[in-house]
Formats: sequence, structure tokens, C-alpha cells
Amino acid sequence: MITLEKTEEKFEISNVTRRSFLQTALSTSAFVLAVGKSPLLATAARSGAPSLTPGSVPTIDATAFHPGMYLGIQSDGTVLIVAHRTEMGNGVRTSLPRILADELDADWSRVKVIQGDADERYGSQDTDGSHSVREFFEPLREAGATARLMLIRAAAQQWGVPESQCVADPVHAVSHRSSNRTLGYGELAAAAAKLPVPKKEELKFKSPQEWRYIGKPAPGYDVTDVCAGKPLFGMDVRVDGMLYAAIAHPPVLGGKVKSVDDAATLKVKGVQKTIAIDPFKAPHAFQPLGGVAVIADNTWSAFKGRNQLKIEWDNGAHAGYNSADYKKQLQQTARQPGKAVKTVGDPDAEFAKGGKIIEAEYFAPHLAHASMEPPVAVADVRGEKVTVWSPTQNPVGVQEEVAKALGLKKENITCHVTFLGGGFGRKSKPDYAVEAAVLSKKTGKPVKVVWSREDDIKFDYFHSVAAMYLKASVDDKGMPKAWVQRSVFPPIGSTFDKDAVYSGEGEMSLGWNVIPFDVANFRSENGPATAHVRIGWLRSVANIYHAFAVQSFANELAYAANRDPYEYLMALIGPGRNVDAGQEPEMAKKYPYDTARLRHVAELAAERAEWGKRKPGNGWGMGIAVHRSFLSYIASVAEVVVDSNKTVNVRRVTTVVDAGIVANPDMVRSQFEGAAVFGTSLTRTGEITATNGVIDQSNFNDYPVARMNDAPAHIDVHIVESSAAPAGVGEPGVPPMAPAICNAIYAATGQRIRELPLTRNGLA
Amino acid sequence: MIHLKVNGQAQTFDGDPEMPLLWYLRDILGLTGTKFGCGMALCGACTVLENGKAIRSCSKQMGKVEGLEITTIEGISAHGPHAVQKAWAEVNVPQCGYCQPGQIMQTVSLLSTKPHPTDTDIDDEMAGNICRCGTYQRIRAAIKEAAKEMA
Repeated sequence: MITLEKTEEKFEISNVTRRSFLQTALSTSAFVLAVGKSPLLATAARSGAPSLTPGSVPTIDATAFHPGMYLGIQSDGTVLIVAHRTEMGNGVRTSLPRILADELDADWSRVKVIQGDADERYGSQDTDGSHSVREFFEPLREAGATARLMLIRAAAQQWGVPESQCVADPVHAVSHRSSNRTLGYGELAAAAAKLPVPKKEELKFKSPQEWRYIGKPAPGYDVTDVCAGKPLFGMDVRVDGMLYAAIAHPPVLGGKVKSVDDAATLKVKGVQKTIAIDPFKAPHAFQPLGGVAVIADNTWSAFKGRNQLKIEWDNGAHAGYNSADYKKQLQQTARQPGKAVKTVGDPDAEFAKGGKIIEAEYFAPHLAHASMEPPVAVADVRGEKVTVWSPTQNPVGVQEEVAKALGLKKENITCHVTFLGGGFGRKSKPDYAVEAAVLSKKTGKPVKVVWSREDDIKFDYFHSVAAMYLKASVDDKGMPKAWVQRSVFPPIGSTFDKDAVYSGEGEMSLGWNVIPFDVANFRSENGPATAHVRIGWLRSVANIYHAFAVQSFANELAYAANRDPYEYLMALIGPGRNVDAGQEPEMAKKYPYDTARLRHVAELAAERAEWGKRKPGNGWGMGIAVHRSFLSYIASVAEVVVDSNKTVNVRRVTTVVDAGIVANPDMVRSQFEGAAVFGTSLTRTGEITATNGVIDQSNFNDYPVARMNDAPAHIDVHIVESSAAPAGVGEPGVPPMAPAICNAIYAATGQRIRELPLTRNGLA
Repeated sequence: MIHLKVNGQAQTFDGDPEMPLLWYLRDILGLTGTKFGCGMALCGACTVLENGKAIRSCSKQMGKVEGLEITTIEGISAHGPHAVQKAWAEVNVPQCGYCQPGQIMQTVSLLSTKPHPTDTDIDDEMAGNICRCGTYQRIRAAIKEAAKEMA
């Protein structure tokens, strides 16, 4: 194990200036590295921790060029790039470093990627909202261009020639063509390190035609280690002297332990003790749920011991939560006028004129994330200092929550970020890391908290259940003149404010306040709903139920008008134009809501899926849905066969993506292939329910997720070439799936699906 | 005392005979390539080979492994990556990667009995292995690639 102190000492002699390297991304203080506490090196040191990133411990040399937060160049030419965002299948450990390496003109085979610890100086590390590339595309290019210019200057000085005569070519080297001299980046590192950091105005950025990595497909940086089963994940962390913990959580949210009988537990071989964990103080936010922890020598003993606990619970206020009744309540609320959130024109005046009115109600249940790796974390509390190893989407959140729970300073919490065995939003909430820290403090040893699959499903931060009502008044061609839509769901805000019953800007902005249709009179509304479980965000969040309702309703309007659903959808979108999406002016300028781009993806999807070539019916059909989310434009066509057993077979999904500039097209393709499966999964079988406040589901037997034989048999992803600013790719593939599949089922069978999942409709 | 072989090495175990092989591999031997996903043989993340055939290590108690030869992801190839691992990298299968050791072990088992699997063979054999990231299409392609390579 490399010692952290020594490594940092060494780095004090490297020339890291006080000046901001990436002012646009980070606060000025972010680059004050004068104390020599480089996060890059801190991370390098942690690589020596047991079982983490084997073989990737870089030997940091004293002459290394280390111009900022994300980058270091060793004298042997190795380029170290920090991935400060979380790898959870999103490919950020490949795509982000390649953006920097491109602008640096570095040889990718000589790049070593290092995972960044929690450190606010990196800028946001909260890996959610499909932000990684769009937020860091420019800062990473700037980092690369800055270092390249410094290397060029170092070479020019060494040769005594004008800087303008030197170029970063061939890759990983600087050349002076007329004198035929070349120096490698490693040879220039020490000299470059002595130079002042150039101003942004001095930088020269490559044109897209010159890009060597951006926009070119590349395999995952870690693919070999992943396939070798290397210990990369939170579940794989092993620390010397570590104890294992399993926790019996209160079965109902807010429940408390009345009494515990742990006699049988303590007889289980390997069990050391049981420890009570305090219940949270409302709002629950990211605090542990409380309960009783079983501390043992290994995971199995902890699980077995937990099964032997006899606990009497005080279930508290949410013990009356029953999904069937709750559904009726939400539906009734959705039938009443709600709080108007966004209004265009005067829909009430238009409705008052009479004419043909079409209404529909939709319903979608709670969902659990069920990432393959259940929540897990290791914490080691030593006096005032804490080290946490956690699969987390939110490393700084781990620091904050652990600090809060233990009454320590945030700076004293080190959070090493492991690979995530899936996240989907669940691992943005650090409750399980806090549990590990609390138990480490109480035992005086490093503790690994392992959630079982049952814990994961029963004690999730659930994707919200939602009831929606839509109403349109249509003209004689079936086109809407007025459109009102109302959405009712327990808001994510309830996790942070126990009295929250309305959505803030959050959920309503996810596919509900703005529809991409050319309707003169429109209103979105929100009705109140009280949460009885922890509500959180799940891959694409409220877009899931909102796109389901809007895109299904559009399909219903098409049939009501006796028109082809694709042709009708295009008419509904109307001519290409910029829609006021309520974005901040700067965002609206960089990312206008451009319906021409939506039309384009829809056209391409229909064409690639061969829409209209075969007559639907007799159990075969196609459905189309479009949706813009996370600034990307997506169209999906699902082709389904519904057999005589009412089994729905999604034979083919055609997805067309316009996400602006894409960093790594192969990974973007992966994300949309995966989203098609994720979306199919929630459409077919995704449903979490509660009885008397207790979640009914527990494992993959009663919360089935898509397997190979019931996932779409073929997924065709097409990426539109674009020079627009990069947009999100991790989430936007999910929302169109449910309506595309349900619209296809209608085309195939005439059965309209207004409630998810399909299993609620006699289908599977 | 229970005797078994793991990746060719003789091992003995005298702990709780109810302990699943999975936790013995992970917590006692430190072979963490075999993953915990469900604990009920529902997801396949814990797949290892028992005398060459895929089993779910989460549901195999240590009391029942006497004399068995167990192979984990760490032990499928003595010299560099296995053909299946190479195919996985070639197709760039993994997203998060957590389930992939299990998928790879299941594939090694499949190809040992069916060197040229059809789509139906693949679907039948792999249906027990969940990938929540949804890499199934690429898994299918990689299996065919590996089959070609190994033929």
C-alpha cells in the first residue's frame, strides 16, 4: 500500500499554480493546490487499499507535470486522467477521459484512468440526471487544450524556436517540423510543469474534424478487468479486520423497535453482537431507517443471525398504507381540478365552446431500482476521521451525510468511490454508507454493511406511483384545440420535507409542463398526494409515467380521428419550431427545445422500423412514441406479437437518438439498448405494492425484471449525427418504451393499456 | 472437515455447513469475482462451475461440496483471458459489469455441452442470468463470437 503522506509530499514540488485551470467548471478555490494536497494523488494512494483497482496504482514521480484537477503527465509519458464521476455502466470512465485525451492529443493507450475520491473541487460528482458528458465536455476539453499548449511552449523554449512553429503531432509528442525535432510528452513534462498556466483566450481548440476520440466508438476502459471478475465493486471491498453487518430495518417507514430478543441470533456461529440503530428524525432524507444490526465475522453469519432476531415493531403512522386504496385516492384526486402549473392560451374557454371531447386516465405503480449489486458500503471510523468505500452516485453526499450522522467535519470524511453494480438513481442516496459509519463507530472496527436483495427491494427509495388524467377538445380532423393534463403522485420532495404533497419544479418539468405538440391552449396541473414510503428518483424519473400518459393519449387521439398513429403524431408535433420549455435563457440558447429535431428522430425511426409496411392486427402490431428528456430527442418504435396466451413478445425495438455531439457512440448505443430492456421490464412486470405499510415484493421472484428470453429480441439504435451541444444519454431511452409497447399492443389486439404494468391487464 | 478444490487448489472448510458456497468463496477465500445478487438462485450473478457445469453458488451449501471441483471466474483460464472473456471484450458487452462474471461462467458451461448453440439454446441457457443494465443483445452476440472462436 502506498502511503498517502509520502506521495503528497512528493507532489509539493510539482508546479501546480494557484491559478484556476478550469475556471468555467469550478470555483477559483478549486485550483488552489498550494498545500500539495492533490486529489489525484490521494486517489492514487487509495488504490493501494485492499482489493481495489488492482494493478492500477500509478507510481507518481517527482518531475510529473500536474496542471490541474483532472490530469497529470508522468516523465515516462504516462498520462493520468481522473474520472471524477461514477462508473455504473454509463461508461464515464471511458468517455470523460477520452474527451480530455482528445484535446491533449494524448495516445489513449498511454492513458491511465484514476477514480476520483469525493472532492468538491472537481465540480459536481453527483452522477445522475444524465449530466456527465454535457456538464464536463467543455471543462475537460479546456484541461486538455491547456496542457497541450503548455507542452508545446515547453518544447519551443527548449528548442529556442517560436511556439507557432511547434505542433502536437505525432500523437503524444511535440514536433518542430522544419528542424525535424520531436519530444515526447513525458520528456516535456518537467519543463511544462514550470510554466505558468495560459489564459483561456490563448487556447486553441481542435475542430470536430480533428477529433481523434470524440465521436469515435471505443470499448470500455475497464472491460478486461470487469470480465476477469476483478474486485472493482463496492460489494468486493475487503479491509483488514473488517466486520460484516446485516440490518433488520423497520418493515414500515418510520417504524421503531419496541423490543428485541436476540438470544437465538447470538448463538449463530460467527455472530458477534447486535446493535440498535436509531430511527431517523423526519424528514427521513438520506438518514438510515433504523432497526437492529447483526455484527458478524462474515456476510452469511450476519444474514443468518438476522433471520433469528425476534423483533416487535411499533409500525407508526404509515401502517395504514395499502396500495389498492391509495390508487383509488390518487385517481379521485386526478379527476378533480388541480394546481395549474403551466398554461398556454385559454384551454377553459376552448373547452366551453363544446365540440368533441376526449378524456383518458392512466396509472403507473411504484418501481424499485433493483440494481444487480444491492446497496453495500464499508466504513472505518478512527476518532475524528472516517474512510468510506462506497458504490455511490453521490460521493460528496456520502461525506455530508456521514459527517452529519457522526457529528464530524465533512473534510474529515474520505469517500473512495468504487464501481457500481448498477445505480439507476438508488445509489445517489447514501443511507447505507451512513449505516456502515454508524456501526464502525459503535464497534471500533471497519464495518461492511451488506443489504440483501430483500432489503434492497423492500427498503428502496421508490419510483413514484402516479395517476394521470388527460382531456382534449378536438376539431373535425381530430386535432386538439385544447389540452389539459393532470398528474398526481407523492413527490420526491416528500423525502426532504415530510409535508410535501405537491411537486416542485422537479417532476412537473419532466415531460408534463411541456408537450411537443402544436396545441394553442394547454394546461398542466398537479394534484396533491401524501407519501407513505421513501420516494426517490429512478432512471428518467417522472418522464416514465408522464411519457406513458402523453404518448398513449396521443395514440388514442389518432385512433379517435381514424388516422395512422405515426402520421397523426407528426401532425400533432406540427412544423419545426422552438418551444418555450421554461428553461433559463442561457440553457434555452444552448439547448433550445426544437421540434424539428423531434420530427427528424420520429421520421427516421418510422423509416428504419418499416412503419406502415405491414397491416397491424391479429396479434401483431407496431407502436411509436417520441419524447424529449435530459435535452435529448428520442423516438422508439416497438414491434410486438401478442400470442393466444396473452404473452407479449417485444420482437424488435427501433430507437433513434439525437443527443447532440456524442463522446463515445458505442456506449451511447449501449445505453439505449439497455434502456429498451429497462423500459420493457417496467412495462411488462414492474410493480411495487404495499399492504399495511409493508412492501409486498422481496426478490426477483415477485419483482420480476426482464431476462434474456423476455427482453426485446432485437434492438436497433440509430444515433443522429449532430453538431449540437452534447445532451443526456443514460436516461432518455427509457420514457418512450412503455407507450411504444402499449401502443403496439393496441395496434395488435385493440386492447388499450391505461395502467402499468401489463400484468395488471391480463397480459404478461 | 469438508474437502473441495477451488480453481485447482485443495481447500478445507470446517465452518457452518449451511454457509452457501458463494459466501465461502467471497468472504473466506476472498474470491470476489463471484457476485451476490439475490441469494435465491434467481439471478445467476453467483454462477460458478461445479465439475465443469454451471451452478448457483448462493444456493449450494458448504455441507454439500465435499469432493467437488469448483471453478470461479478467477480460475477459468490459466493463460490470459478465456475465449469467452475475449469475445465479451470484443463485443464490449458490459455496462456496469456486475453480472458479467456470472454470464461468462454460464456461457462457458453452455459451450462445453453445445459448442454451436442456436438462439433458442442461448435463450434457454441464459434465462437464469439477469442483467439489469440490459446487455442481453450483446451477450447473445458474444456467445456466438466465442463459439466461432472456440470451434
